[in-house]
Amino acid sequence: MATATQLSAPHDSGRSGLWSWITTTDHKRIGILYGVSAFVFFLIGGLEALFIRLQLARPDNTLVSAETFNQLFTMHGTTMVFLAIMPLSAAFFNYIVPLQIGARDVAFPRLNAFSYWVFLLGGLFLNASFLVGAAPNGGWFGYVNLTSRQYSPGLNIDFWVLGLLVLGIASLAAGFNFIVTIINLRAPGMRMMRLPVFTWMTLITQIIVVTAFPVITVGLVFLMFDRFFGTTFYSLAAGGDLLLWQHLFWLFGHPEVYILILPAMGIVSEVLPTFSRKPLFGYAVVVYSGALIGFMGWGVWAHHMFAVGLGPIADSVFGATTMLIAIPTGVKIFNWLATMWGGQVRFTTAMLFAMGFIAMFVIGGLSGVMHSNPPADLQQTDTYFVVAHLHYVLFGGAIQGLFAGIYYWFPKMTGRLLNEKLGKVHFWVTFLGMNLAFFPMHFIGLLGMPRRIYTYRPELGVETMNLVSTIGAHIIAVALLVFIYNVWRSWRRGEVAGNDPWEGATLEWTIPSPPPDYNFTVIPEVVSRLPRWSVTQMKAIPDVPPEPIHVPGGSYWPVVAALGIIGMATGAVAHALWIVLLSGAVLIFSIYRWAFEPFEG
Amino acid sequence: MTPAAAHYTSTGLDNKKLAFWAFIGSECLLFGSLISTYLVYKGRSVSGPTPHEILNIPVTSVSTFDLLMSSLAMVLALAAVSRGDKVWARFWLGTTAFLGLVFLGFQYYEFTSFVREGLTIKTNLFGSTFFTLTGTHGAHVAVGVLLLLTLLVRSFQGKLGPEKAINVEVTGLYWHFVDVVWIVIFTVVYLIQ
Repeated sequence: MATATQLSAPHDSGRSGLWSWITTTDHKRIGILYGVSAFVFFLIGGLEALFIRLQLARPDNTLVSAETFNQLFTMHGTTMVFLAIMPLSAAFFNYIVPLQIGARDVAFPRLNAFSYWVFLLGGLFLNASFLVGAAPNGGWFGYVNLTSRQYSPGLNIDFWVLGLLVLGIASLAAGFNFIVTIINLRAPGMRMMRLPVFTWMTLITQIIVVTAFPVITVGLVFLMFDRFFGTTFYSLAAGGDLLLWQHLFWLFGHPEVYILILPAMGIVSEVLPTFSRKPLFGYAVVVYSGALIGFMGWGVWAHHMFAVGLGPIADSVFGATTMLIAIPTGVKIFNWLATMWGGQVRFTTAMLFAMGFIAMFVIGGLSGVMHSNPPADLQQTDTYFVVAHLHYVLFGGAIQGLFAGIYYWFPKMTGRLLNEKLGKVHFWVTFLGMNLAFFPMHFIGLLGMPRRIYTYRPELGVETMNLVSTIGAHIIAVALLVFIYNVWRSWRRGEVAGNDPWEGATLEWTIPSPPPDYNFTVIPEVVSRLPRWSVTQMKAIPDVPPEPIHVPGGSYWPVVAALGIIGMATGAVAHALWIVLLSGAVLIFSIYRWAFEPFEG
Repeated sequence: MTPAAAHYTSTGLDNKKLAFWAFIGSECLLFGSLISTYLVYKGRSVSGPTPHEILNIPVTSVSTFDLLMSSLAMVLALAAVSRGDKVWARFWLGTTAFLGLVFLGFQYYEFTSFVREGLTIKTNLFGSTFFTLTGTHGAHVAVGVLLLLTLLVRSFQGKLGPEKAINVEVTGLYWHFVDVVWIVIFTVVYLIQ
C-alpha cells in the first residue's frame, strides 16, 4: 500500500474510500481534512460560546455553575485559537499555496499528513477532557499559579498542558514544511516578489510559528515538570517568579495573534483585487508591512502584562512599540482601500466578507491601540472591553477573512460555486449578529464588568446590553446554519465553476476545479506577478499531461506516528508510564518505517 | 529517500537542508528560552546546593573537549561519504557516535553524582533549571547519536553512497548545532558562575 506508485489518469487517480483519506499525502485532500475538522471544532467552540452567553443573558443566572463556566471559557478560547482559526488557515495553506506557486505538492507530503493527524488527535484529546468531566479550567492563557498542582489538582490542566504540547508539534512540523515549500518549490520565474500575497503571508506566518512555538513549549514543559515531577519553576516558596510564565506565554502569545490574523490578511489581499479588477495597490508595501508586523510582533508582548506592575520604563517601551505596530497594520488598510478605489467592484459574497473584514478589523484595531496606553489599559484590562476588542479582531477580522477565503476558493476545491444568494444572507446575518454580540461588550467592559466571571449583579446596570449580546451570539449561530446548508447544497448541486469563475489573476485559476492529483500537467513558467492578467501571457497549460506524472501513493506511517504521540500524552494523563513508553516505541518505530519506505518511487 | 539531484528547487538548496536550517532556527528559540530562564533564576534559589558548591569544571571541560572533537569527526565523516570512501565513512561516523555516547556517559556520571550530593530536579531553582537545560541538551545529543548510528547501519547495508551525502550533511548540521549550544551552556552555566 505504502509503496504504490502509479500513473495518473488525467483528472483522478481513482483513489477513494476511507483508507485513501487516512493514508493520503495529497496537499489538497489534507487541506480539505484540515478545513472540515477545523470547522467542526469551530462549531464546538461556538457552542461553548452560546452557553457562556446564555449564562450571562441575565444577572444572577444559574444555568451553569461557576466551575462549568470556567471550563467553557477556557475551552472556548483554546478551541477557537488552536483548533479553529489556526487549522482553518492551514486548510488554505495546504490547498492553495502549492497551487499559487506552481508546485505539485508540498516539500514533505508525509510530514504534512503527520501535521494534520497530530492536530486532529490533539484536538480530540483536548475535548476528551469533557468526557471525564475535567475540561481545562484555567483560561486559555493558563496563568500560574492558578494552574499549578496546588491550586488545580485535577486532570483539567494536565489535559490542557499536554494537549497544547501536542498541538505545538503539529504546528511546528507544518511550519518547517511550508517554509521549505514556499522558498524551494516555486515554479520557474516565480520570484519572491512575484509570490501572491496570500503565499507571502503564509510564509511570514510560518516563520512566526517556528519561532514562537518553541517558547510556549518551554513554558509548558516547565509547567508540566512542576505538575508531574515537582520541579520549582513556578514555585514562590522556592524563590520562583510567577511572571516567568506570563513572559514566556505572551512572548508566544502575541506573535500568535499575528499567526491568526496574517493568513486572513493574505486572503483579503487576494479577494479584493480580483473583485475590484485591479492589481493590489502597493504590492511591495503590503508584503513588507506584513513582514514588519511579523517582526515587530515580537516586541510588544508585555502590553498583556501592564497590570502586573513592570515599572514605568517597561510600560512606556511596550506602550510605544504597541503604537508603532499599528503603523504597518494601518498601511495595509489604506492599501486595501486604495485597491478598491476606482475599481470595477463586484459585490460577491467573498468580496462582502473581505470588505467586512476591513471595517470590523479597523474597529478592533482601534480598541487595540487604546490598550497600548498603560493607564487606560489598567482600566480596561480583565474587563469585557478586552473581550470586545479581541472578538472584533478575531471574529470580525480572522473569521470573516477565512469566510472570504471559503467563498473565494470553494469553487476551486469542489468544482462548484457556493450559492451567492444564501451567501449574502450568511454575510449580512453574520454582520448583524457580530455587531450585536460584540459591540455592547465595549460598554459592558467600561462600566466595569470583569471577564471570566460566571455571573453579575443587577445593580451593575449591564443586563440589557448583556441580553443584546446574547441575542447577537445566537444570530451568528443562525447565520452559520445558513452557511452549512449552503455548503451541503452547493457541494452536490451548485453551479459548475470551471477553471476560473472569478477571472482571478493567480496560478490556481489556470487549472481545472478541482485540480487533478498532480495539479499542473506541466509546471508553468511564470512571467509576471499576475500571470492571468498580464499582457505578456504565460504559456497555456495543456489539458492532458504530455508525459506520465508520478503521484506518490500515500502512507500510513504518519498516522501511526501521530497515534504514538497522542498515546504518550494519554499515558501521561493516566499516570501510566508503560503507556508512555509503549507509545514512544510506536513513535520511533513508525518514524523509521516512514524514513525508509520507498515513497517517491 | 530520493537522491537530492532528482529534485529541482528554486534556490538550488536541497529541501532537507533548508528544512534543517529552519529547524535549527526554531531550536535557537527553544534553547534561548531555557538558557534565559536559567539566567533569570541564577542566584535566586532559597536553599542549596548552589552551582559553586557542586559544579565540577575540570570534569566537564573534558566532556566539552570530547564533544568538540566529535564535531571534527563529523566533518571527516561527511568528507568520507562524499568521496565514496566507505571504510573511513564508517570509521568517522562510528567515532562521532562514540564520542557522543562518551559525552552522554559524562552527563550520566554528573547527574548521578549531583543527586548523591543532594541536588535533584526538585531541590531548588538551580536544580530545576540546571537539569532541565542540560537534560534537554543531553536528549538532543541522544537523538544525534541515534541518527549517526542509523547512518552507520545504512553504510554497512551499502546504502550510504555519495548520492546520500545530503543525509550525512543534515545530520552534521544538527550535530554541530547541538555542539555549539553546548559551548554556550558550558560558558553560561559552568564558567560564569
